[in-house]
Amino acid sequence: MERLVVIGNGMAGARTVEEILDRGGRERFAITMFGEEPYGNYNRILLSNVLSGVEDEADIFLNSLPWYEENGITLRAGVRVERIDRFARVVRAADGTVTPYDKLIIATGSRPYVPPIDGMHHPRRGYHQGVFTFRTIDDTRAMIRYARDHERAVVIGGGLLGLEAARGLQQHGVQVTLLHSAATLMNAQLDAQAGAILRRNVESLGITVEVSARTVAVVGRDRVEGVRLADGRTIPSDMVVVAAGIRANVEVAALSGLPVERAILVDDHMRVLDETDIYAVGECVQHRGQTYGLVAPLWEQARVLADQITGRDRTAAYHGSRTATKLKVAGVDVAAMGITTPERDDDEFVVYSEPRRGVYKSVIVRDDRLIGATLLGDVSKVGFLMQAFDRGLPLPEERVRLLFDLGGPPAEESAAELDDGAQVCNCNGVSKGDLVTTVHSGVKTVGGVMDATRAGKGCGSCKSLVAQIVEWAAGGTVEEDPTATWYVPGVPMDKPALMAAIRAQGLKSVSAVFDALAGGREDAKSKMGLVSLLRMMWGEEYQDERGARFINDRVHANIQRDGTFSVVPQMKGGVTTPDQLRRIADVADKYQVPMVKVTGGQRIDLLGIRKEDLPRVWADLDMPSGYAYAKSMRTVKTCVGSEFCRFGVGDSTTLGIAIESRFQGLESPAKMKLAVTGCPRNCAEAYVKDLGVVAIDGGRWEIYVGGAAGAHVRKGDLLATVDSPDEVITLTGRFLQYYRENANWLERTYAFVPRIGIETIRSLIVDDSDGLAAGLDERMAAAVAAYTDPWKEGAAPATAGQFRTALPLLPLPVVPVRERDPA
Amino acid sequence: MTAHLVEFRVGPAADLPVGEGRAYAAGATMVAVFRLRDGSLRAVSAVCPHAGGPIADGIADSAVVICPMHQHVFDLATGCSKTGQPPLAVYPVRVDDEGELVVGLPD
Ligand SMILES: Cc1cc2nc3c(=O)[nH]c(=O)nc-3n(C[C@H](O)[C@H](O)[C@H](O)COP(=O)(O)OP(=O)(O)OC[C@H]3O[C@@H](n4cnc5c(N)ncnc54)[C@H](O)[C@@H]3O)c2cc1C
Ligand code: SF4
Ligand code: FES
Repeated sequence: MERLVVIGNGMAGARTVEEILDRGGRERFAITMFGEEPYGNYNRILLSNVLSGVEDEADIFLNSLPWYEENGITLRAGVRVERIDRFARVVRAADGTVTPYDKLIIATGSRPYVPPIDGMHHPRRGYHQGVFTFRTIDDTRAMIRYARDHERAVVIGGGLLGLEAARGLQQHGVQVTLLHSAATLMNAQLDAQAGAILRRNVESLGITVEVSARTVAVVGRDRVEGVRLADGRTIPSDMVVVAAGIRANVEVAALSGLPVERAILVDDHMRVLDETDIYAVGECVQHRGQTYGLVAPLWEQARVLADQITGRDRTAAYHGSRTATKLKVAGVDVAAMGITTPERDDDEFVVYSEPRRGVYKSVIVRDDRLIGATLLGDVSKVGFLMQAFDRGLPLPEERVRLLFDLGGPPAEESAAELDDGAQVCNCNGVSKGDLVTTVHSGVKTVGGVMDATRAGKGCGSCKSLVAQIVEWAAGGTVEEDPTATWYVPGVPMDKPALMAAIRAQGLKSVSAVFDALAGGREDAKSKMGLVSLLRMMWGEEYQDERGARFINDRVHANIQRDGTFSVVPQMKGGVTTPDQLRRIADVADKYQVPMVKVTGGQRIDLLGIRKEDLPRVWADLDMPSGYAYAKSMRTVKTCVGSEFCRFGVGDSTTLGIAIESRFQGLESPAKMKLAVTGCPRNCAEAYVKDLGVVAIDGGRWEIYVGGAAGAHVRKGDLLATVDSPDEVITLTGRFLQYYRENANWLERTYAFVPRIGIETIRSLIVDDSDGLAAGLDERMAAAVAAYTDPWKEGAAPATAGQFRTALPLLPLPVVPVRERDPA
Repeated sequence: MTAHLVEFRVGPAADLPVGEGRAYAAGATMVAVFRLRDGSLRAVSAVCPHAGGPIADGIADSAVVICPMHQHVFDLATGCSKTGQPPLAVYPVRVDDEGELVVGLPD
């Protein structure tokens, strides 16, 4: 076997090895990988999300340590290669080892560029402890740790990385100032006008931005006190993050006599110039004068390199990439590709700018091809533009269609038009060709293709295009993912079939369902969904099995990140009394509740209660559960309405309380949040609730369903306008029951209502077109009648040790009984 | 090589409901013990290696337990994670003549 050594275990190195394995490399090479970082391979792009807390560190790993073992790869994680001896054909590492190779791949990536700034670096002590760069997991961890107990941060650099760093730091409660030395933010991608709009958008997030601000010194000897600018001003700060660009990591190559300019020079086969057995890939590479600082190009490079090194396709060649940039900052949408301003007289330049709304869009077209685009504030057209830019798709005659959805070319058409090499999933580097091959190899479901290729498993923005391509490639034979329609993963039935079987066979417990419908095979992932369904269907007859419930539903409180629970007493319609408040305050004192918080649903949350204290907390509160934990009816938010408000035209408080009293604690496929508001001014935000009621002039009420103001924002659809509170309650009950019976597990109303269609729902529920209404009303009435307050369980626990702690709070030591050898 | 086990009585078996888990201290080690639906027992380390979640509060079936914090999945027989986390430790567990749960820890 030939010995293949890879220096660098980052995104390009690991990806190249995957491509090599795909081409039979395991039989051919004994592979050794060196990585300076002490980890497996992770998705560096997602560090921005880790910093901002959107993603967990554990979730960004692409290849875990066992993966290397399973594929016969020797991973030398945490070992830096210092030198390549091209003549002896060995690499020498910092730990003193000497590793021979037959083929060598260099994938050392880049390192952060740190401009010369006084006081940042001490010749003997290294970087100031409050100074950070943003490149690795370790950098990210260090920043998070520091940001947690400091107050002000300065980020140097207003490019992609600096913006993501600034936004990420903000999530840890620090006050962030962004310093950019050029006059325009993201000046590599944006022109002055777009840059100014971006700046405003960023400032509106609470980040202070200074442009044309050259940092000359870090102030403070033992700890950072601020930074000084060239104009003499000092910006006070406790920490400094440098995101001023990157430089290819070429020391090893240069030291070993390989050709290096800005980066390591390679030919179209990704071979280092004038070397026969040394290749390079990724950010450390310079190809035809270009270097790249994004991942998309390195996937293409990895494929060519793998084709060449394994001999699979000697004609494979890399011709350079066109790159597009997207900012991953919540609240600021930016996408840019190609050039920013027209360069020739006959370049077409279409611009739309609406500074007040923070929207800017431009495209540059040359000879009917898209050669540049900038989108700010509204990036809805980015998918089409990126494809057009990448693959030279034909453009619509009316250029304005490039900027706005007046109906661009239909999606199916573009799926057929894309060429095979076109990259569809930018996070995982999956091309149209990869998808098509997978389909042709027999995988005929969208989910299956996504699993096999990892397409769509990164940021997810390409999912719909992936689905279109799979459908197109399967030529109409695309199979429904069988499991996609199952109500829960462990029972092969959709919801109607499952409900019919449960009813026909009288299955009243979760284990009975597994026994009768899943061949006796239990499935932990299915349990919560089944509990919810069975409780909805059987009410009081349901046979409870505590172990099948999620912990929240076992102890009727919401588990928090430290394993303690939060307790929210009922406060119907957000109305309380001095007596209740006093009781809540007493409980908070008595149990030393670390945080007392008013929730978005107008209630008081006692956070940080220990599990074992729950029964006593409930007893002392002597109020019913407010259901802040379950997949159930949570709360009915109200405004003050006609009783007190000058504008109110309906008594929203009274109606809200009536609704909450009637439907309290009702089980459902996902949580339900309701609101009633006293006039269209909408102080209770009823338009964005699962069900929202709005009083309008003339004593009438509008009912909206399917709204959301969470991770998804959606204005609800108008279901009906009615004349009395009684009709509101009837229709509310009927809608909730219809949703309970027909929605998929965890499907919120904002997905359910559009899926069924508001017209259909209206005709079934309001007009009773199919005669369902009486049955829905009746089953809802039965569910309402079965209500009991779960907090009563505090006095009579349902199972032994129901409220026993599961946290590592070690009780008294237990004495060992005896010692023995296991047989 | 035979590893020595030190056994700890951690509490009455009758107090561990079928289908659920409870956390116990065995010496200085926290152990989550589950009674599966077929009556058999499993014992694993009580603290999730992902972010310290309480494993005993998880949902289990005959093969795996799901941590309630971030839904990482662990095999109850081997401790191995099916979702790319470090493994849980597994311990032998039995009921003694007096109906006490007995967990064995390596010496
Ligand atoms: C926070 C952040 C956000 C980003 N966001 C995006 C984005 O949204 N879109 C995008 O396209 N790109 C983004 N990027 C850029 C992207 O991560 C890089 O383009 C990509 O990681 C480059 O891959 P690489 O393998 O060439 O280098 P790297 O991933 O840096 O890998 C190089 C590896 O080699 C190791 N190494 C170096 N020298 C040696 C040596 N001598 N011995 C042993 N090992 C060595 C290093 O430790 C490193 O792990 C982002 C980068 C960061 C830091
Ligand atoms: S929604 Fe209308 S009635 Fe209710 S508080 Fe606001 S203004 Fe007053
Ligand atoms: S702590 Fe267990 S899954 Fe995160």
